[in-house]
Amino acid sequence: MNFDLKKKTRIGESIIQGLLFFAGILSIFITLAIVYELGKEALLFFNNPDVTLAKFLGGTTWQPGIGDYGIWALVSATLTTSFIAISISLPLGLAVAIYLSEYASLRALSILKPVLEVLAGVPTVVYGYFALLFVTPVLQNIFGNENIQVYNMLSAGLVMGIMILPLISSMSEDSLSAVPRSLREAAYAMGATKIEASLQIVLPAALSGIGAALIVGISRAVGETMIVAVASGAGPNFTFNPLQAAETMTGHIARISGGDLSYNSIDYTSLFAIALMLFLVTLVLNLISQWVVNRFRERYE
Amino acid sequence: MNTNNYYPQAQEFQKELNSRYRVASIWQSLFLFALLIAVLSLTALMYNVIDGAFGYIAYEYKNDPSEFTSTPVNELTQEELLTILQSNLSSGAYKKLNNEQAMQTRSQADLLNLFLERLVQVDTKQTWTMTESIFQREKILQETASNYPEARIEFRSWLTPQFLVSPMSSRAEFAGVRTAVLGSLWLVGIAIAFALPIGTGAAIYLQEYAPKNWFTSLIQININNLAGVPSIVYGMLGLAVFVRLLEPLTSGSMFGISDANGRTILSAGLTMGILVLPLIIINAQEAIKAVPDSLRQASFGVGATRWQTVWHHVLPNALPGILTGSILALSRALGETAPLIVVGASTFISVDPDGPFSKFTALPIQIYQWTTRAQSEFHAIAASGIVVLLVLLLTLNATAILLRNQFQRKY
Amino acid sequence: MENNNNHYSIETKDLCILYGGFTAVRNVNIKVEKQKITAIIGPSGCGKSTLLRAFNRMNDFVPNSYVTGEIFLHGQNLYSKQVDPVEARRKIGMVFQKPNPFPKSIYENIAWGARINGFKGKMDELVEQSLRSAALWDEVKDKLHQSAYALSGGQQQRLCIARTIAIQPEIILMDEPASALDPISTLRIEDLMQELKKNYTIIIVTHNMQQAARVSDYTAMMMIDDNRSGGVIEFDETKKIFTRPSDKRTEDYVTGRFG
Repeated sequence: MNFDLKKKTRIGESIIQGLLFFAGILSIFITLAIVYELGKEALLFFNNPDVTLAKFLGGTTWQPGIGDYGIWALVSATLTTSFIAISISLPLGLAVAIYLSEYASLRALSILKPVLEVLAGVPTVVYGYFALLFVTPVLQNIFGNENIQVYNMLSAGLVMGIMILPLISSMSEDSLSAVPRSLREAAYAMGATKIEASLQIVLPAALSGIGAALIVGISRAVGETMIVAVASGAGPNFTFNPLQAAETMTGHIARISGGDLSYNSIDYTSLFAIALMLFLVTLVLNLISQWVVNRFRERYE
Repeated sequence: MNTNNYYPQAQEFQKELNSRYRVASIWQSLFLFALLIAVLSLTALMYNVIDGAFGYIAYEYKNDPSEFTSTPVNELTQEELLTILQSNLSSGAYKKLNNEQAMQTRSQADLLNLFLERLVQVDTKQTWTMTESIFQREKILQETASNYPEARIEFRSWLTPQFLVSPMSSRAEFAGVRTAVLGSLWLVGIAIAFALPIGTGAAIYLQEYAPKNWFTSLIQININNLAGVPSIVYGMLGLAVFVRLLEPLTSGSMFGISDANGRTILSAGLTMGILVLPLIIINAQEAIKAVPDSLRQASFGVGATRWQTVWHHVLPNALPGILTGSILALSRALGETAPLIVVGASTFISVDPDGPFSKFTALPIQIYQWTTRAQSEFHAIAASGIVVLLVLLLTLNATAILLRNQFQRKY
Repeated sequence: MENNNNHYSIETKDLCILYGGFTAVRNVNIKVEKQKITAIIGPSGCGKSTLLRAFNRMNDFVPNSYVTGEIFLHGQNLYSKQVDPVEARRKIGMVFQKPNPFPKSIYENIAWGARINGFKGKMDELVEQSLRSAALWDEVKDKLHQSAYALSGGQQQRLCIARTIAIQPEIILMDEPASALDPISTLRIEDLMQELKKNYTIIIVTHNMQQAARVSDYTAMMMIDDNRSGGVIEFDETKKIFTRPSDKRTEDYVTGRFG
């Protein structure tokens, strides 16, 4: 018998490994492509002699067609709707998470989890329908037709909050469940009631994971398009009044790109400038949340 | 110990404990309240959609049906309708319809719709939701009688078999979702055909081949980040790369198809493929991670190469998990709207897509368009479209859950 | 049965602990003497920890678990409907196998329990006193407001003892408190126990025979029966258990011929 243990080159194996490697690094190329393409067009926008950084970051009207480039007209609506969404989804999501991780029986879990999964799986355009044709009429009844516009940031923000709720509750629940049982037992053994253990021991111990959930929630709210495109308003408007109509960054991109748009026009390049801002903001938020989650994992493993 | 320091005992402790329990029950009701809001929101959403899909409609005939035939409208047969259409439509219009689908092969319901749409010409005056129709029936009937004395009123389901098989129409009463559903299926098909092999390959590379170094963790961080990039940004990427840069390829002009630009199903499908790629990779990684290491060691132990191990042992065991993840990614792609608007799904397309280079529309795009129209009859078909979309999603997710259960039983 | 004999902290009568339909611990009848250390020994899986956790109703958190029989604390049945488990646990402290300080500062680890139990007085004094009693004060007095996680395992366990003492329980349950620690830390904990028994009744679960022999005054020997239920087969003074056990199985176990 021939015992040849020399290393052999297996061509098939190498080709396959090469293909797999390519598939693995494709995601890097996607990121680079996003940065390059968005950056290229955004650069064209900023190279326009009419556009100055001072105007862009300082102005409060956005009408590229006639030389107004104040991004705040769009950012104000993004901030307002996101703020409303987070102030709905954070407390509710957290409360749901605590209930699910600390209180719910197995039977309750088997009913409630699917409800949250369905909420998480509903397409955003359906939430848009819900915002415009259910929540807005309800709000009109509450505030009176003359006080609230048909398109308004409040309705979009509230529904966005409902959309983000399952995300925040499931991420928070994960971090609450990751808190070791021994900490809860220690609290009970010192004569704590269940709520004291949950709120004063388990919750603080899971705080970094909840922080990560909050950040992902913000990133989701900032990037959400369809709800605001349907319900928040079609036109830039510098206002923080939630009862008014105003267009968010995402809503603006959707509306303008949906129409006829000629390449290299200022309208076209300006959309890429907005998209680049969106990408960078969400990138930073996502990186922070990942970093927080990883640090948190290390602590209990 | 200092005598000033003490713990409450007996009665005093009991009293304090009772107030602690009161605080606890307040908190617990707050938690339940939050849950109630979540459940109520879902209920309200579902109710809102169903409510929109049924209800009274008040409409007038512009031309009296008796001008065309003496038979009552709902007793017309297929042949009768054919003759009426043939003799009353202009020959150009008839030919165009015939080209879309031969008139002889069309169903009676289809022909009746054409008759009502083209010749009788229905003019919808007003529609009501299901709740209004049930609880304010008298009021609706009175209002209609006084405002539109000519109008007919009937309770109608907007969600009908006809709605499923009809193409787009500019009139809500005759519009259907066939074109949109077919567009969505094409789209999702291309997306998954692109993302599933690449995503699985990437997952295999990361779990089975990649060395543990900074570069691998960079890839991993990058994938996690891509999963969180807003979908509209992917739309912009698709617009810049697929619609514009690769126009010769995506418009089909490279393959001899003329008069097209890059706003095709292919562009949209690839954009969607890139959007779901990170989800597929992450899910496939989880599935591969779940394959026990003993299996790999056993395979290496009998002299298998790394690829043989992956192909014969790891992949077959991870397959249900990978498929489950892909179905979930698929349902994400099915419901995504924003990137489609950006890469240019057309809003009005009444011709079925016939290949990757077709112009197209998709179900969520139609829902968006109909929702943003001012007339209430479009809201009714938006609601019906949502029901169709949700049923599709539910079917997909149910399949995923079945697969997952199958999978869990094994280990 | 009412028993007001002040000599004993805890008495059990036909105590059985069940999970679902399964009897994990069967018919335990022991009397735990005040201000003594009682050890529970036996092979792993014989229900030592389960029995210990029944003494402060920690098993309440295990779904489908319940007890039959009685556990008397000052003549009151711990499992009667009138007893509030939160109040009971406040009187019967517990130290766990692995040190589990709260993710808070050293100071807060002690102050928290005191605060929820309505402590009135000077918190600083209580913290210092408790840390001194747990022989930890000198090591941590300069870093009271640093995270408890910065302490070594042995220090963490003494901190857990300190926070238990701080709420002034009558009985301290210890579930293999030194099993996760190095020999030197173990020794310090054992010394500490001798100090603590002047004021507290201590019940300790251990799988370390030498430890039981070194620290305890009484020993309960547990063994699993044919139905896989654990039970106390012999309960006596530690000296007797380790020199002249009356049960053959105890003799086999303590001399190392079993388990």
